[in-house]
Amino acid sequence: MTAKVSYGAVEVGTELPARSFPVTRATLVQYAGASGDFNPIHWNERFAREVGLPDVIAHGMFTMAEAVRVVTDWAGDPGSVVEYGVRFTKPVVVPDDDKGAVIEVSGKVGALLDDRRVRVDLTVMSDGKKVLGMSRAVVQLS
Amino acid sequence: MALDQSFVGRTYPPTAPYEVGREKIREFAEAVGDAHPAYVDPEAAKALGHSDVIAPPTFVFSITFKAAGQVIEDPQLGLDYSRVVHGDQKFVYTRPVRAGDRLTVTSTIEAVKSMAGNDILDVRGEVHDESGEHVVTAWTKLVARAAEEA
Repeated sequence: MTAKVSYGAVEVGTELPARSFPVTRATLVQYAGASGDFNPIHWNERFAREVGLPDVIAHGMFTMAEAVRVVTDWAGDPGSVVEYGVRFTKPVVVPDDDKGAVIEVSGKVGALLDDRRVRVDLTVMSDGKKVLGMSRAVVQLS
Repeated sequence: MALDQSFVGRTYPPTAPYEVGREKIREFAEAVGDAHPAYVDPEAAKALGHSDVIAPPTFVFSITFKAAGQVIEDPQLGLDYSRVVHGDQKFVYTRPVRAGDRLTVTSTIEAVKSMAGNDILDVRGEVHDESGEHVVTAWTKLVARAAEEA
C-alpha cells in the first residue's frame, strides 16, 4: 500500500503534474446524490441568494476531493495518502451554463518527512481566487 | 449566543455500523470524475496491496459528517445549523476505507469558541472497523456565522 513514486526520486520543490477539473450544475447534483449532502446552496440558486451567496456554490468537500486527485494520480496508489487537510477559504461559484466553473490544482513537495513520507502542498484556484487554504497531504512513498 | 463551554470533551455514543459497498464507492468516484481503477476494479486494488476496492480519500466524510449530526443537532448545544459553514477539514488515515468495511464513528467535541459573534465548533470523528481497528480520524471545523443585526 505504497506509492509508485520512490522517496529517493523527490526533493523539496518537486512539482506534481497540475490538473484542471470542470464543475457544472450537473456535477453538483451528481455529487449531492453520491455524498448525501443535499444542502440547497449547492443546487438551488434562489436559496443560495437568499442566504447571501452570489450564486450556487460547489460543495467544499467536492473541491477537496478534486484537489487530492493531483496527489493520488501522481502517487499511483490512492491508499498511500496518510493525511489530508484543507481550509475552505472561498466558495467555488458555479454559474448555470454549460461551462460552469473550473478548479485548477497544482502541487509541489513541501517537506521530506520520516518513514519515506513527504508533505505535498496544494494550490487550489477557481476564477482567479484561492479557494482552499492550508491544503496539504502527507503521502507514503516507496 | 455563545455556545456552552462545558460541551468541550463531550463524546457521543458510537454510531451503528455503516457498511461500505463497492457500488457506493463506484458512485462516489464517478461523481468526482475519478477513473482510478483501485476504486472500481478489485484486481487493480489487489495489485496495489489492498484486499478489495478502496474508497477515494474524502469518501469517509459522508459517514463522519452524518455522525457529527449527533453533535450539530444536539438541542442542548443549540448550534444554529442554518448559519453553519464548513471551515476546515482534515483526515488522518491508518488505512484506506475499503469495500466490505463496517465502520462506526465516535464523535467528540474538541473545542467550542466564539469569535466576533461566530460560534466555532471542532468535532473529531474516530472511525473504526468491525474488528476494532482504527481506520481514519476526521477533524471537522464548523462555523455558525453571527446572525445579522435585527
